[in-house]
Amino acid sequence: MKARLRASLDVAGPLIGLVVVVVLFAALAPDRFVSAYNLKTVATQTVIVGLGAIGMTYVMISGGIDLSVGSVIALVSVVTALLLREGYGEGVALLGGLATGALVGAVNGLVVTRLSIVPFIVTLGTMGVARGVAKYLANEQTVRADAGWLGALMTKTPDPAWLLLAKGVWITLILAAVMTLVLRRTVLGVHTFAVGSNEATARLCGVPVERVKLIVYVLAGLFAGIAGVMQYGRLTVGDPTTAMGLELDVIAAVVIGGGSLSGGRGSITGALLGAFFMSVLANGCTLTGVPTYVQEILVGTIIVAAVGLDRLRRR
Amino acid sequence: MDPLLTMQGVEKRFGAVTALAGIDLSIGRGEVHALVGENGAGKSTLMKVLSGAHAPDAGAMTFDGAAYAPRGPADALARGIAMVYQELNLAPDLTVAQNLLLGRETSRLGWLQSAPDRARVDRVLAVLDHPDVVADRRVADLGPGARQLVEIGRALVGDAKLVVLDEPTSSLSAAESETLYEVIRRLESRGVAIVYISHFLEEVKRIASRFTVLRDGRTVATGDVATTTIEQIVEAMVGRSLDETYPTRASIEPGEVILELDALRSDPLPRSASLSLRRGEVLGIAGLVGAGRTELLRAVFGLAKVRDGSVSVAGVQDRGRGVRARIAQGLGLVAEDRKVEGLALDRSIAENLTLSNAAPFVRFGWLDPKARDASTRRWVEELGIKSRAPDQAAGELSGGNQQKIAIARLLHQDADVLLLDEPTRGIDVGSKVEVYRLIGELRAKGKAVLVVSSYLPELLGVCDRIAVMHRGRLGEARPVDAWTEVELLDEATRGAA
Repeated sequence: MKARLRASLDVAGPLIGLVVVVVLFAALAPDRFVSAYNLKTVATQTVIVGLGAIGMTYVMISGGIDLSVGSVIALVSVVTALLLREGYGEGVALLGGLATGALVGAVNGLVVTRLSIVPFIVTLGTMGVARGVAKYLANEQTVRADAGWLGALMTKTPDPAWLLLAKGVWITLILAAVMTLVLRRTVLGVHTFAVGSNEATARLCGVPVERVKLIVYVLAGLFAGIAGVMQYGRLTVGDPTTAMGLELDVIAAVVIGGGSLSGGRGSITGALLGAFFMSVLANGCTLTGVPTYVQEILVGTIIVAAVGLDRLRRR
Repeated sequence: MDPLLTMQGVEKRFGAVTALAGIDLSIGRGEVHALVGENGAGKSTLMKVLSGAHAPDAGAMTFDGAAYAPRGPADALARGIAMVYQELNLAPDLTVAQNLLLGRETSRLGWLQSAPDRARVDRVLAVLDHPDVVADRRVADLGPGARQLVEIGRALVGDAKLVVLDEPTSSLSAAESETLYEVIRRLESRGVAIVYISHFLEEVKRIASRFTVLRDGRTVATGDVATTTIEQIVEAMVGRSLDETYPTRASIEPGEVILELDALRSDPLPRSASLSLRRGEVLGIAGLVGAGRTELLRAVFGLAKVRDGSVSVAGVQDRGRGVRARIAQGLGLVAEDRKVEGLALDRSIAENLTLSNAAPFVRFGWLDPKARDASTRRWVEELGIKSRAPDQAAGELSGGNQQKIAIARLLHQDADVLLLDEPTRGIDVGSKVEVYRLIGELRAKGKAVLVVSSYLPELLGVCDRIAVMHRGRLGEARPVDAWTEVELLDEATRGAA
């Protein structure tokens, strides 16, 4: 009972924050902020960070971190665009993009487990490498190609219209639901929590610690890959300079959602709420004419405040 | 001449537990005074009182001719009492000189003054007089013996009048120990008093001039080393054993051999361990802290690499396997330190209890939490674990109940060979009795139990046979009736005759 209560409290923090900013902006800019169109915009803006946050939640629960997310998104957008330009179908381009993301994740996981280098350093390295490879493949330019149905994934007004929100939003929500179930209801999920909570105990109990870590980084890469394809769909060009520094937004979303850098804690629902919260804040600030720098100060303060409040509550 | 340090009737309680029940101690100036006693006799609590980490509940202390009631470790240090703990407190990336001066650097407006500091360091290095202990050498490049000297050097920089050495030679080689003895002699001749805590009584005999024996938190003997034999000291240490309830061991015929070790070696410990364990048998391993008992269990269980020798489980011989393979073979380990390794404290009771064996609750890849909770409830009830619900965090329970979860994990995984490392450390007497009862029941069910403990009465109470480990080598396992506490302690401190 207590644990369930605590789990719901983990989500309560970002939820309350979300309600507060929504009410605030609704009062400040009722006509522009509270509209179906604006909701669609904010939801669509959340997709990229949200998808990255799903994978990042797994990595952070296991006690790791993945700094390569932004670069992987850029690389995947380039790879997807190149495949389309070479005349392959959307399906092949999509699979190629996902495979690229998973591959970078596998490299991260293998170096972390085989060479026992701390994940911060490993993924700092792949962050640079993936960005460089993306620029090389794209010849340091944006890659133009006909997006076909991939371009329709991130259209704010979807076809068919009864979907109401962009297809990418629904895909994110469905994947989030599936990955929450995997986290809570499979042995992999239990093992991920165990490794992040106390690696020595996990080893003692025969948990395949290395395999769990590898899987978790592959998942993070895969979700960055999905985010990369969505990014391509949104821009309809492959851009090697896109999503610069996005990994920090993703980490912020997970942390606001109750995740811990020291592992063992976190939830996908919380991370998505965190991502949505930041989108709403950005959107509201833009609509009410608050300058970007105020927004940056706000987000920075909120990240620290969220963790600080969490600390107080746990005492 | 009046003594440097006196203690009279010092008492210390932690909640309901009395750690010190009346300590009298008198240490003269420039004297090497050995403090001996079994594990749990109160030596470390006494040292914490002396160093100002704990305030005593009763009793009086004087130091250097004045009343002594330190407000904290810094205060004790300022008065001239320095501690050298077993686990060294050095910064490995700094040089010897930097470590010696750490926190006591001479500075003017924040800028280091190298000339006076250099002189202080040189003075200390001259006393230590060791070829490796050089001012500009990084501590990480030093061996354990040299590091120990740097630690002692830190006390000298502060002009300590009394230096406490806690088991200084437990991790040193024979040659390194000799160097340490020389340094102690030099300090003695310079009038620095030394409290020397050690389990090695031969060593005590060699370097100490006086000794004090603690037992159950009291001073039970004190005297001159020269006129006392080792046997007399051991008898004072053991005394009369406490009345404790151990299960009556029904005589059962042990079954087939299920675990056999042949000259097992791991790095750095154990050096060599051979034993054979049958079903329905409880085998105890006695020995001093640091003798290599924990390392032996870890090597058997696959948590440490087997360097040499072999392990046979149910007749299948190998040269070391991983943890998963060992669990599959029916082995289970309860780790020495619950907080560090035994449990994931912020995860639930159910997760902790079933972590090594989740298979019964998995259907088509999906976990059934209801089945897991039901199974957890069954174990919680059977072992009398006081808790609210299976999803309560393990860290919220008392030490005894946490330990029962760690043991329940092995029961749930239905291990045939249970490796228990200090299974009753840090738990209350009631829980201890229950752990003993549980070990008795496992034995009756035909399980094999290998138990490491530093508490000798416990080993004598629950084991069928006991072997002693001394400096990495496991002695011969003898039936429990063939041992007395004195003999166990003697072999643990001196090795097999």
